[in-house]
Amino acid sequence: MEFLSNLISGLSLGAIYALIALGYTMVYGIAKMLNFAHGDVIMIGAFTVLATVATAGFPWYIGIIASVIVCTVLGVTIEKIAYKPLRKANPLSVLITAIGVSYFLQSVALLIFGSGKQSFPTVIKANPIKLGSLIIQGNSVVTLIITTIIMVVLTLFINKTRLGKAMRAVSEDKDAAELMGISVNRTISLTFAIGSALAAVAGIFYGSTYGFVDPYAGAMPGIKAFVAAVFGGIGSIPGAMLGGILLGIIENLSKAYISTDLADAIVFGVLIVVLIVKPTGLLGKKIREKV
Amino acid sequence: MKKILCLAIALLMMVMALASCTGAKNDGKKLVIGATGPLTGDNASYGISVKKGAEIAVKEINAAGGINGITFELMFEDDVCDPTNAVNAYNTLMDKGMQVSLGAVTSGACVALTEEARKDGILMITPSGSQKECTQYDNCFRICFTDPDQGTYAADFISDNNVGKKVAIIYDKSNDYSNGIYTNFVTEAGKKNLEIVTSQSYTNQSNTDFSVQLQAVKESGADLLFLPIYYADAGLILTQAAQKELNVIFFGVDGMDGIIKQMGEDKAALTEGVMLLTPFAADSSDPKVVSFVKVFKETYNNETPDQFAADGYDAIYAIAEALKYTGITDTTVADLNEKMVGAMTNITLEGVTGKMTWSADGEASKSATAVVINNSKYVAYSK
Repeated sequence: MEFLSNLISGLSLGAIYALIALGYTMVYGIAKMLNFAHGDVIMIGAFTVLATVATAGFPWYIGIIASVIVCTVLGVTIEKIAYKPLRKANPLSVLITAIGVSYFLQSVALLIFGSGKQSFPTVIKANPIKLGSLIIQGNSVVTLIITTIIMVVLTLFINKTRLGKAMRAVSEDKDAAELMGISVNRTISLTFAIGSALAAVAGIFYGSTYGFVDPYAGAMPGIKAFVAAVFGGIGSIPGAMLGGILLGIIENLSKAYISTDLADAIVFGVLIVVLIVKPTGLLGKKIREKV
Repeated sequence: MKKILCLAIALLMMVMALASCTGAKNDGKKLVIGATGPLTGDNASYGISVKKGAEIAVKEINAAGGINGITFELMFEDDVCDPTNAVNAYNTLMDKGMQVSLGAVTSGACVALTEEARKDGILMITPSGSQKECTQYDNCFRICFTDPDQGTYAADFISDNNVGKKVAIIYDKSNDYSNGIYTNFVTEAGKKNLEIVTSQSYTNQSNTDFSVQLQAVKESGADLLFLPIYYADAGLILTQAAQKELNVIFFGVDGMDGIIKQMGEDKAALTEGVMLLTPFAADSSDPKVVSFVKVFKETYNNETPDQFAADGYDAIYAIAEALKYTGITDTTVADLNEKMVGAMTNITLEGVTGKMTWSADGEASKSATAVVINNSKYVAYSK
């Protein structure tokens, strides 16, 4: 029973990682850049809910809508201000800029909301499912379902729609896509808009699961979700989901049966092993460079 | 034109230099007390409470005409619970003419300040720095219990009052405070035949998801969960324990103080029945406590003082007792520090956190009791 319970809590942790990893992998897959500020957009999303629901007293659905809007606008703005000027630059410069944006968002949240942990309002009201002494959190079930739906919709969107086709074209060759009449800038903006809206959703679930948020709340889950995205095969949407869930389970089981203090080391150890054994990740495609 | 400008600037600088001089000047009729503590950040509740308590004591003493004709002035700096910030704040306070220090509110910052206070030789009384090393030098004293003592007293209390038989522990391995209490609790529990069924830990890198630790506690069949940690993490543990329907008594130490505010109205029900070890109960019938609580509520918008506020209040009165004992009527005397430090081991303070005397090692002797949270208020524990 203990094993089963730990497995389930691992699954619910994994569902949150998966939700965050979807945003990571989406942006990476299309724009070919690691948006390290993704975790902090999640934190901003969670704080938006807190500000609208707990502070301003609006109903929960307004909070969710506000959070999605704020994050989408924020994501597109970040892209326009910080990443667009670097489109032709060395990938390393973009990476460092992303880290800079991450710290910027943390500091802004620190100034506005203070550094303390703040109680998150209950926006997702789902009753726990009880099977004997086993309790499955309603939150976790909802997270898992929503993550799966988002994964399916995203995959369909990218593979079946015209906009999705444009995204794939941009990801393969920006210059050729431009010649075919695709607006690269608009496509990348759209990618960021979708990725950041996903971050808002992740922020809401993160806050509801743990009940508290602080300005650093996005940092660690963001990095773990990045590991999950690499684990599953960065750029692959089903891969991000699989990677996230496996990572959550690995983390919780190593906490339970190996050591609570070593759990993080094991999680990041997984990243190293994956990079050595299968650099493209579990579901990653091998891309042959044409010379 | 340029000359006039230069002259004007020079004049301005002179005025400013003079102004800063007069700021630090003391006519001997006041005692400048400095303190640092977290007024912002995760542990802000501790610093704010100490500051409020200390301010009330200062106001009372000054209203009564001071001690030996000397009035008190309290200066409080924010250190965000960080040792480096605390040392900087201490130096700022020294520049402003601090004569007696309340050290720092939290342990880590306070230990850093003991080094500074030793160099300067001034009397330092920390209200709430509970780590052993906070009183490592002869001029350092404290009002609260030490970490080791808290661990020992907690185990004694649980065993003597039969609060629980099978104890589970979750502690923060990356925190000295938590480790110190944990170690002593385990030792004392062994002597008192308390059965520790499981010890779970976490670090400040992994303080959001406690599902595994709580599951282990649940499986262990514990009837009491001992939490020698700060209230911010305890808030997460209480929230997640409720999700897991964990049915145990939660027992904390002074770090748990502040949990009611942390949980807010939304999760207030989760704090119901949480116990914590403290030398101070706001609902006590002791006339000193009654009057302190009354004044505190009048001053701060009907807020009930917590243990940290009481510690801050007592720290100021300890300084007052020491000053009274020395008989000093002019604080500019050369041997102020020696006399104040020397007086500490000779005084007895009837404070709101109990009757205290100090030994040369800086520790206050007083007894511990526990409070239970009932309707978002602390109530003295009774069987």
